[in-house]
Amino acid sequence: MHSVETRLKALMLASLAGDARSYGVLLNDVARHLRIYFLRRLADAHKGDADDLVQETLMALHTRRATYEVDRPFTAWLHAIARYKLIDHFRRNRIRVTVPLDDAEDLFAQDQSDAAADRMDVERLLQSAPERTRELIYRTKIEGQSIAEVAESTGLSETSVKVSIHRGIRAITARLKGHAANDDK
Amino acid sequence: MQPMMTNDLIARLAGELKPVSRLAVIRRVVTGLGLSLIASALLMWWWLGMRPDLAEASTTMMFWSKFTYTLILAAAGAWAVKRIAHPLGSIRVNIGLIAATIVVMIILALVQLALTPPEEYMAMLKGHTIRVCTFNIVVLSLPLLIGAFWVLRGLAPTRLTVAGAAAGLAAGSIASFVYSFHCDESAMPFVAIWYTLGVLVAGLIGAITGRYILRW
Repeated sequence: MHSVETRLKALMLASLAGDARSYGVLLNDVARHLRIYFLRRLADAHKGDADDLVQETLMALHTRRATYEVDRPFTAWLHAIARYKLIDHFRRNRIRVTVPLDDAEDLFAQDQSDAAADRMDVERLLQSAPERTRELIYRTKIEGQSIAEVAESTGLSETSVKVSIHRGIRAITARLKGHAANDDK
Repeated sequence: MQPMMTNDLIARLAGELKPVSRLAVIRRVVTGLGLSLIASALLMWWWLGMRPDLAEASTTMMFWSKFTYTLILAAAGAWAVKRIAHPLGSIRVNIGLIAATIVVMIILALVQLALTPPEEYMAMLKGHTIRVCTFNIVVLSLPLLIGAFWVLRGLAPTRLTVAGAAAGLAAGSIASFVYSFHCDESAMPFVAIWYTLGVLVAGLIGAITGRYILRW
C-alpha cells in the first residue's frame, strides 16, 4: 500500500544512517510538499516568500535532523517544523507591517494567521480519517488533483476513489458535529 | 517545478550529509547542562564557598533531605529540557513530577512544624539566610540557564515559552542542588519555601526570555 508517511519515513531513516542518495530524494519530495503547504497559506502579496520558507525549512530539517525520534511519524515531525517556520514568518511579518499604525496591511496579516490556523484545523480533522482515505482527500480536495490522476497513481478504480473520499468526508463531518455537540455541553 | 536555488540547496545538503547518532540529542543535553553545572559549582565555590561543616553535615538527615529534594527536581528539569527539544515535545509529565515533589516537601515541612513548639515557627521559616537564599539560587542558575538555552538553540523546540520554562526550571533546580552544598540551613520549612521559590523564579525568567532567545 502506497503511503506518503511510509515512504518518507523509510527515506529519513536511511538518511539518518548517512545514505546521501535517499537524502537527496527525501529533500526533493519534502521540498515539493512544503512548497504547496506554504503557497496555500501565504497571502497573494507574500507568495514570493514561499521559496524562502521552503529553503529555511529544509535547512532546519538538515541541521536539526537529530531531533527526529525514529518511533514517531516523520510527517508529523516535519509538519511541526514547517508550521513553526510559518508562524515565525507571520510574526516577523507582522512586526514589519505594524510600524505604520494606520496601515490596512496590519489587519490583513492578522487574517492570514487566522487562515493558517483554519488550515491547521483542517489538517487535524483529516488526521481523524483512516490514512488511506486521508491521502485521497488531501490529494483531491487540497492539492487539487483530479480523481483520474489519483486513481491512476494509487492503482484504485475511479469509483472506489470516489466512494472512499465520500465516506471519509462523511466520517469527518460526523466528527465535526460530535465536536460541536461536545462544545455545547 | 522547483526554483534552482532550492535544487542547489538540496544538492549541497545531501553532499554534506553525515550519519546521526540516536543519542545525539541526549549527548547535547548532557554536554550543555554538564558544563554549565561545573560553571555554576565553581561560581558557588569562589563566591560563597562550601559549607565548612560539610563532613559533619553529611551524616545528618537534613543534609540528605535537601540533597534528595533538589536532585529529584534537577533530574525532572533536565529531562524536561530533553523532551521539549523535539518538535511536538511536551513537558506535562515533568511538570507533574516537579509539582508532586514540591507537594511532598511541603507535607514534610508541615509535619516538622507540627512536631515543633509554636514559638520556634518563625525561626524555622526564616532561618538565618532568608535574605539571600532565593537570590543566591537565582544567581547560581544563570550559567545553567545559558547552558540550557545553548542546548535548545541547537535543537528544535517549537513552543518557545514552554521550552524557556523548562530551561529555567532545570537551571533553577540544578542551581538549588549546587547551593545546598553551601547553605547550612537545617529546617524543612525553610527549604520548602525559599529553595522552591528560587527554582520557580528561575523557571519564570526562562519562560519570559525563552520566546526571544530560543528563536531559530
